[in-house]
Amino acid sequence: MTKNIGSARPRDDVRLLLDGRGTYLDDVPVTGALHVAFLRSPHAHADIAKIATAAAAALPGVVRVVTASDLAAICHGWGSSQTFPGLVERRQTALAATRAVYQGQPVAAVAAETRAIAEDGVEAIEVDWRPLPEMAALDHALEPGAAPAHGDLASNLAYSGTIGANIDPAIWKEAAHVLEESFIFHRVTGVPLETRGVVASYLPADGSLTVYQSHTAPHQLRSLYAMHLGLDEGRIHVVTPQVGGSFGVKIHLYPDEIATCAIARLIGRPVKFIADRLESFTADIHAREQRVRARVALGADGRFLAWQVDCLLGMGAFSTHPGSSVQEGDETVRLAATPYRVDAFAGRVDVAFQNKTIVGQYRGVGHPMASAVTEYMVDRSAEALGVLPEELRRRNYVPDDAYPTTSASGLPLDALSHRKCLDEILRLMDMPALRLAQAAFRAKGVYRGIGLSAFIERTATNVPVNAHVRKATAQDGVTLHIDPSGSVRAAITVTEQGQGTHTAIAQVIADALGVPFERVTVISGDSAATPYGSGIRASRGAPVGGELALKAGRALRRNVLAAAATLLQVAPDDLTLDNGTILRRGGGRGVRLDELAEAVHFRPQLFQHGAQPNLSVAMHFGHDWPTLVPTNGIQASYLEVDARTGMVRLLHHWAVDDFGTLINPLLAAEQVRGGIAQGIGQALYEELLYSEDGQLTNATLADYLLPKASDLPDITVGHVETPWPHSELGAKGAGEAGTTGALGAVLTAVNDALRPLGAKITEMPMTPERILRALGKI
Amino acid sequence: MKPRPFKLIRVDSAEGASEALARHGEEARILAGGQSLVPMMNFRVAAPAVLVDINACTGLGGITRTGDIIRLGALTRHRETATSTLVADALPLLAMAMPHVGHLAICNRGTFGGSLAHADPAAELPACALLLDGSVVIGSLRGERRVAAADFFRGLYTTAIEPDELLLAVEFQARRPNAVFAFHELARRHGDFALAGIAASAIRVGEMLGDIAFVGFGIADRPVLLPSVARLAAGALPRLPQIAALKEALAADVEILPDNQQSPAMKAHIVAELILDALGQLSRKGTA
Amino acid sequence: MDDLVVVSMTVNGRAVRRAVSPRQSLADFLRQDLGLTGTHLGCEHGVCGACTIVVDGRIQRGCLSFAAQMEGHTVETIEGATASGRLAALQTAFRERNALQCGFCTPGILLTAAEFLADNPRPIRDAIRTALSGNVCRCTGYHAIVDAVASAAEALS
Repeated sequence: MTKNIGSARPRDDVRLLLDGRGTYLDDVPVTGALHVAFLRSPHAHADIAKIATAAAAALPGVVRVVTASDLAAICHGWGSSQTFPGLVERRQTALAATRAVYQGQPVAAVAAETRAIAEDGVEAIEVDWRPLPEMAALDHALEPGAAPAHGDLASNLAYSGTIGANIDPAIWKEAAHVLEESFIFHRVTGVPLETRGVVASYLPADGSLTVYQSHTAPHQLRSLYAMHLGLDEGRIHVVTPQVGGSFGVKIHLYPDEIATCAIARLIGRPVKFIADRLESFTADIHAREQRVRARVALGADGRFLAWQVDCLLGMGAFSTHPGSSVQEGDETVRLAATPYRVDAFAGRVDVAFQNKTIVGQYRGVGHPMASAVTEYMVDRSAEALGVLPEELRRRNYVPDDAYPTTSASGLPLDALSHRKCLDEILRLMDMPALRLAQAAFRAKGVYRGIGLSAFIERTATNVPVNAHVRKATAQDGVTLHIDPSGSVRAAITVTEQGQGTHTAIAQVIADALGVPFERVTVISGDSAATPYGSGIRASRGAPVGGELALKAGRALRRNVLAAAATLLQVAPDDLTLDNGTILRRGGGRGVRLDELAEAVHFRPQLFQHGAQPNLSVAMHFGHDWPTLVPTNGIQASYLEVDARTGMVRLLHHWAVDDFGTLINPLLAAEQVRGGIAQGIGQALYEELLYSEDGQLTNATLADYLLPKASDLPDITVGHVETPWPHSELGAKGAGEAGTTGALGAVLTAVNDALRPLGAKITEMPMTPERILRALGKI
Repeated sequence: MKPRPFKLIRVDSAEGASEALARHGEEARILAGGQSLVPMMNFRVAAPAVLVDINACTGLGGITRTGDIIRLGALTRHRETATSTLVADALPLLAMAMPHVGHLAICNRGTFGGSLAHADPAAELPACALLLDGSVVIGSLRGERRVAAADFFRGLYTTAIEPDELLLAVEFQARRPNAVFAFHELARRHGDFALAGIAASAIRVGEMLGDIAFVGFGIADRPVLLPSVARLAAGALPRLPQIAALKEALAADVEILPDNQQSPAMKAHIVAELILDALGQLSRKGTA
Repeated sequence: MDDLVVVSMTVNGRAVRRAVSPRQSLADFLRQDLGLTGTHLGCEHGVCGACTIVVDGRIQRGCLSFAAQMEGHTVETIEGATASGRLAALQTAFRERNALQCGFCTPGILLTAAEFLADNPRPIRDAIRTALSGNVCRCTGYHAIVDAVASAAEALS
């Protein structure tokens, strides 16, 4: 039997992308669509005294100018997501009515015949702005007397929560070493190369809304639009066409997207909104803005007696919708130190309002900072003890055979493999040789660093954690059917953004059903074509989608064998299905699947003496692990710091991950590498720069530095496979591991390089200027 | 992100361009490669009412040599400059600078004249023009005039070109015997504008360096000659000056401005380090 | 409304004559007027490279020229380059090496790589990285793209 699961099969569905024949949102043909452009607040915080729209409305080609009052009757706004009890939130509307609370917040919209004319219209709108004191800088957000980000707030503290248990103060006194450090993580954003966009059309005649949107979760959109626009959910159809990258940016629902659908309803014509790059920088979710303090009590024997990790997260002006911005801070603290045996753990998460763009769920939500902080502290601990970093890791890991267990921060964990992953990465790196090379370079005044960063990644959101996220289901659904030609069509709710979801799902179905891979076609991203399900978020394609595909494939196989048994007049148990052919176990004439399928569809009389044949299956699956499915991995970075200029040259990067059962190593490897590139971006390049008055000053791709081909090293990817024991397939999520481990690997490597120079750096990105300051050169 | 409406005038000669400029005055901008102007128009930071497209003009392109004068036409694409053997032989500084200028697609379209006329303070070619004492040939219906590079760059994105004028070409003296050059810049990523850079020249006779000159770029509102730095370097020969002394000399020559990522102190430090690199290169035998 | 100007050019081997707004970029013209949607817009300020197209045999940014400037010029897009077969080795290598994910950057990267390989048939890895550094890919770590270009170079030599 051909085994597809585990095979490094290239994607077939990239052929059309390679030919330039993909259909991304802006390529979807729509007849008569108007183009929408938004007037966005130029101020971080300002009252809107008056909006004058007449000049804009008078421009030839402008069809309608829309302000908050026009939408008030259609869309009422939204408030708390209630994910984190106690979170203070403020109500949002699609267009700001009387006050803008972040730069980039949509204030008015112009629908016109072309995007260019819509932009002319936006320029012609006059707003009487009355600027207010703004709260932008996170470091001052919680100080007494700080300007409130919303006028009615007594404090900018939006949320405060504790994790773990209180640490006995005596531990800090009795420990052989107490290490403390502060970390600064600056704001970044996801930058999918295809910007966000929506095409919406509303038919007043039947109350139906059709939405094409660059997004990862069509059913969630359908439910949310029903809620926001007061429409019958059954009359809403959402299609997510080819998506040009998401990384979490396109799991949210944004005010401009809601406004676009509301405008479609308001004027009864199809409307199209494609964000340009400038507005993507100010209006897409941001992430990562944190201050973290870590404190570790270390026994003389190297035991971690206690960890205290406190995080202050800058949330922006609102909590993200749906879901919650708090998650970015909560995950950082909750995941800190989790690879290790820790006697006591206490953490605290404070979240601050700011007059800045909303922070949301960017790839790895909180994880990269957890790993970076943890692994930096582990390195400092190793230094204090005088042991090699890898040695202290090995000693203090929760042993691979000690699972299931619960982390000191309270996370249920199972089937992890930190030691195996460490051994494998050290082997891939040839660590002894690398350390020799490093020493030789140091002797010549060349400062090379080696850094390791282990982590736990939490994948495949389950119900309890996000129980209160409105309209976010934790199950996925699929229908499978076999058409008369014998080809298999799967319509599944986990979606494709290029990670290879469709290929992986087809591989699983091919094996579960017993047909060649080429016979399986997978579609997704259409609320009318699939059952109701989650869509892609939190790396659920393999662990939820894959498991669902396995179960559904097996169910369909049972149906096929039952139909074949009727046709062949034998018992189903006497039949097998392999490689598209049904065979009798004892030998004798079988039947090809295409022959069976043709008979089922066109010659029903052949089945009259048995049960009705059914070559379709519909199924849903949500896993029963109480929270997210944990995975683990480790990364290593080898780099050189130019002590004269502060420039960092990346020489090589390694990653070893345990994704459980690996469905397709070829696809997983480059997904990991892509994640690593984003983590390296946060480590060395990417930073949204704000002026003190809350103005984003680098909202272009020339000034916001994404790592490019010549900035990145070759990346070796290895795997350890510890199947997830609570599913049949055994797969875990793979989408965020790359991003999660890379930040810490580069942080520890840079600090390893700086160590002989007596310098350290804990502010990211580690720019040349920050490195030179750390070195005392400027 | 679409530009404001404008009128496009396509001309096929410098005279045609001059006529269009004379007619439309300050409303008009010349469109050459467009690699800097068009992004600014897309952002609506620039919004000329009239664009005079000179790409079809004959006689504005090409690299030619007449005696000791090398002339680069305004429309010379960066790729042509980068691959020209004439440039490599007679203007080695330009050849050194070109790999830093931009990515392939930008170099296929961007022009020498456009780079100078745009006068980005972090750009490579204005710095080279200043160090090489290039002569900028400017034309209008009023006639042709030549402006020395030192008088051409007037400030941030500002040059000596009047609204009715067109940059026609830049002329350089071919390399003198024994002239040596160095070009160093630091950019966060390959192909980015430099956060700071140095172009340097000297006359080398045997082991001796004379006539040392430096131009710094990416540090002020225009490329700047650094005479104090040059004196310091000359005085320290054959040794290299100290970083601290270089920073002092630099401060005497120029008030360094920050950009949105780097402070003046950072830029001063980088420039000092690049000057050391440049001096090292000027002194090495076998280098251009 | 803008005053339209008439422009004639050759696109993917076919003569095209259209009235266009002067402010319409070449990329928008190809996408909106000719339906050649393989040219993608990722930034509209010349940095990302997703709109890379070929004019008179050399790549350039589709977002930094106006359609009205193309009078008498020859334009080739990913669709035309694919139809000609000149990208076949790269396209095969990109698929085999999984050198793309969402595919939004891919047409621009293929056209850039093709021009680079035409000038540098036996490139070293670092040269490939430098040549591609004018194109942003946000999905891959570029490693597979570099692999694919190297492998296409071998297949072509």
